[in-house]
Amino acid sequence: MGNGFVVPAIVAVTLVTLGIGFYGLRLARTTSDFLVASRAISPSWNAAAIGGEYLSAASFLGIAGLILRYGVDVLWYPVGFAAGYLALLLFVAAPLRRSGAFTLPDFCELRLGSRRLRILATVFVIFIGWLYLVPQLQGAGLTLATVAGSPYPVGALLVAAVVTANVALGGMRAVTFVQAFQYWLKLTALAVPAIFLALQWQADARPAVTPPDGPAFRTATTVVVEHRAALTFPDGTTREVRPGDELTFAAGEPVPEVSGVATDAADWLLPSAAGDDDRGLFATYSLILATFLGTMGLPHVLVRFYTNPDGAAARRTTLVVLALVGVFYLLPTLYGVLGRIYTPQLLVSGQTDAVVVLLPGAALGDGTTGRLLAALVAAGAFAAFLSTSSGLLTSVAGVISTDVLGRGSVRGFRLATVLAGGVPAVLALNVSGLNVSQVVGLAFAVAASSFCPLLVLGIWWRGLTDLGAAAGVLVGGGAAAGAVLVTVLGPPLSGWPATLTAQPAAWTVPLAFTVMVVVSMATRRRAPADVGATMLRLHAPEALRL
Amino acid sequence: MTGAGEPRAPGRPAPAAPAPGRRLAEQSGRTRVVLAEASRRDSRADRTRTELTQQTRVGEALVRGLVRAQLALALRMSLVVLIGLGGLPWLFAIAPAVGRVTVLGVNLPWLLLGLASFPFLIAVGWAYVRLAERNEQDFTDLVQRPEH
Repeated sequence: MGNGFVVPAIVAVTLVTLGIGFYGLRLARTTSDFLVASRAISPSWNAAAIGGEYLSAASFLGIAGLILRYGVDVLWYPVGFAAGYLALLLFVAAPLRRSGAFTLPDFCELRLGSRRLRILATVFVIFIGWLYLVPQLQGAGLTLATVAGSPYPVGALLVAAVVTANVALGGMRAVTFVQAFQYWLKLTALAVPAIFLALQWQADARPAVTPPDGPAFRTATTVVVEHRAALTFPDGTTREVRPGDELTFAAGEPVPEVSGVATDAADWLLPSAAGDDDRGLFATYSLILATFLGTMGLPHVLVRFYTNPDGAAARRTTLVVLALVGVFYLLPTLYGVLGRIYTPQLLVSGQTDAVVVLLPGAALGDGTTGRLLAALVAAGAFAAFLSTSSGLLTSVAGVISTDVLGRGSVRGFRLATVLAGGVPAVLALNVSGLNVSQVVGLAFAVAASSFCPLLVLGIWWRGLTDLGAAAGVLVGGGAAAGAVLVTVLGPPLSGWPATLTAQPAAWTVPLAFTVMVVVSMATRRRAPADVGATMLRLHAPEALRL
Repeated sequence: MTGAGEPRAPGRPAPAAPAPGRRLAEQSGRTRVVLAEASRRDSRADRTRTELTQQTRVGEALVRGLVRAQLALALRMSLVVLIGLGGLPWLFAIAPAVGRVTVLGVNLPWLLLGLASFPFLIAVGWAYVRLAERNEQDFTDLVQRPEH
């Protein structure tokens, strides 16, 4: 794209990440340092680290792209991603910290005393972790291809290599500092350009976001199509376009209607109404359920809670995270909305995920300011890939090293990291056609249908048994995972089957809870004898010093 | 955000109230009464602690009460969010006119979801942390109170 600032900015982010990683290496000495940073991290550092880890490619790039494409209905993504932390705060944060477990499989064994359940949880941690890692690497490949013109595998492999090296060498203590730094970098990288964009919009005499004649090109534009679509032009002609097709539009020419995109002002501006499409409402509620309840089941989110000194601190940390994440999520909406004005060509090319990266250049012109801001945004996007991947990799590697390799040594952890990073890198090279936000949404659905019921019932209900938990995780999580595989690998569906597999949470979450409760009640005798002591440990305040 | 050192739940009576004994001690200048009182209080608190850790019926009932109180609080808070946010898609669906209302030129759904939902979530979270800590303080008081 000819912006000379982008590559140095990305290199700088990568070097700082590695630098903090090596600094952390000098501090990390024991396995405990590696896994939970010796639990000596203050709540504000920890909260920024959790926020930095959580705001992934889907948050940084995906949400703005979805808003550009679909409009108000997808505002539920940022709301749900933030609300997930409220659910975590209400039901999980303090008791989970007090349980003293390192990982999700640890919690299973601690609460229900079952080795087999532990193995099942390990399998799900690895599945969710990889499902979430692939779109991060993929987003890195696509972003680097967009802003620097490199081939797709370069970005994906670069992020995979940097993150694997960093986690393997520095472990979690280093990762905590890296993550905290990356939260503030990501916030800055969206907030500063957002101010310039808002000023530019004012200076352009506030062009309407939804002009009465539909979106139009502000300047003469050549669009290279990336995704297959059917275009309907204002004069009524239609045209099928394939990847690689080039279309030229004059300044002021209206954007053609694109199949699968809310081009029409009313579609984009107003929520889907009842009557015309019940599937829309079902999908909205399914998305709400997946994001609200999925956050607590994400392995890289949970592992952070063990680094709080006690349960009360875990609660306060979660509240700070909720605030940090909430502030961040105000910004992508602005990018999506302004993208309707300044980058309508993305609607035609289908590459809406690139809106955050391309908007500063498109709105502010090719001057130094525009280029610098574009480089800042690209650096922020890279921070998003690096931080989320680091967190995921740390937790997946932690589980692999303790539960699969069966050694708790630092060396075992390093071996596990290479293993945990290599598999998604290979997968990411082979599936470049997936939609980043969709896959992340599916990871949330699997987490909400497996670990959410396990945690909530495990923490609050004495009657949970190992068999009940295993059955619920297998049936609910298995159904959600099956829906993921059908969506990603299966034939294209339409109508209700498509909705039920693309947004499975609304039926898989209740299914998981029901199975878990019913099977637990049927196997009541298997409830652990020490459940009273466990409950005391999970819920008693530290002030008692029991 | 409340700091870790901030006094919890203002307006709450002090957990232990040895006021009569202490006043007597201050008036007479004898300190033995205070010490005796304190040591007896400690032994009672210890007994309750033992009841908790030994899983006696009293201890069990205490823990059940705490868990129930915390769960009820979490469920009440979720209900607030369920109605406040979860009701919105339904509202927009059955009353599309709501979506067309504009405030300062912006349609209401955009303002509610894109802007107002985040402070709302943070406010609910803040209230929860305060109330959950109050529940725990009540539990601690119950265990450590001398006249238990």
